[in-house]
Amino acid sequence: MKSVWLCLALMLFSVGAAAVIETYQFDTPLQQKRYHAFIEELRCPKCQNQNLSGSDSAISKDLRRQIHQMIMDDKSDIEITQYMVARYGDFILYRPRFSGQTAVLWLAPIALLMLGLLVWWRMASGRKSKLVVNDAPLSSDEQARLQELLADDGAAAKPGEKR
Amino acid sequence: MQRLKLFLPLLVFIILAAVFFGVERRVQSGDYAPTDLPSALIDKPLPEFSEPSLSDGRIIDKAQIVGEMFLLNVWATWCPTCHFEHPFLLQLAAAGMNIVSVDYKDDADGAKRWLAQKGDPYSLTLFDEDGSFGLDLGVTGAPETYLVDADGIVRFRYQGALDQRVWDKEFVPRIDALSNQGAAQ
Repeated sequence: MKSVWLCLALMLFSVGAAAVIETYQFDTPLQQKRYHAFIEELRCPKCQNQNLSGSDSAISKDLRRQIHQMIMDDKSDIEITQYMVARYGDFILYRPRFSGQTAVLWLAPIALLMLGLLVWWRMASGRKSKLVVNDAPLSSDEQARLQELLADDGAAAKPGEKR
Repeated sequence: MQRLKLFLPLLVFIILAAVFFGVERRVQSGDYAPTDLPSALIDKPLPEFSEPSLSDGRIIDKAQIVGEMFLLNVWATWCPTCHFEHPFLLQLAAAGMNIVSVDYKDDADGAKRWLAQKGDPYSLTLFDEDGSFGLDLGVTGAPETYLVDADGIVRFRYQGALDQRVWDKEFVPRIDALSNQGAAQ
């Protein structure tokens, strides 16, 4: 039993989740926090979808070194972001600025949500109008037919009981 | 009409399949590379730099290389695609194209040996040992080739190996346009 628990516990640790290990020295915990925020939020330009902290490529190493350098030089967050965007464009930001080029990225989810709501609303209203039709009172012919059917049903149920 | 509505998902599928098939074909023919990034430097001046020359170590800055249209080729001995590209660069240089190069994050002795053995198509090679100039250029890997005009403005960047097909398709029209502009002024 113990070994099963050990196995389960080990499964919680994945090799892939261990981010790159580099030892950078910081003067304050805040600097370290900013560094980690940057390498999580910036995207490796060489890779298709990895942030700087997860990538082992040479360019990510250089960029991490550069971010560390700029943080130690007391550059502001805006200055560091501008530095990166000036070199690698909006691609490097996982949350790109809103511009003509990135408008589709930002607006598409809202547009799709609107479309979905529209379809849903139209389908729901269609269903509702059908229900209203069924609520209309029966005509006298229909009443007579209904009585007939109910009477038939009652007659047919009795022989069933004998079986 | 109600029956036709049933075919709507099939229609959507066919349209999507056609789009994906088209993109895949463009990827295979080399017209479109999803990994290529648009350069942030297009129509902006080449960044300032001061880097040693590979051959003699003298420090070169931007003013010394800007003046006429040239190619800026980023390469390294560790880059397999650069081996493939090299003969074509020699051909371009022989045809009179001015190519300045950046030896990106490389070993100086190895790079000198490479140029001695394979031929040197570059009018000048900057030795960017720590990749700092590469960072300013927005280089993501080697090889990369920038087209810089007479005013030192970056007009085009190509990621990957140059060959005759890429040259004719991507560079020749742009170079022609730039020379016409220059002639008109």
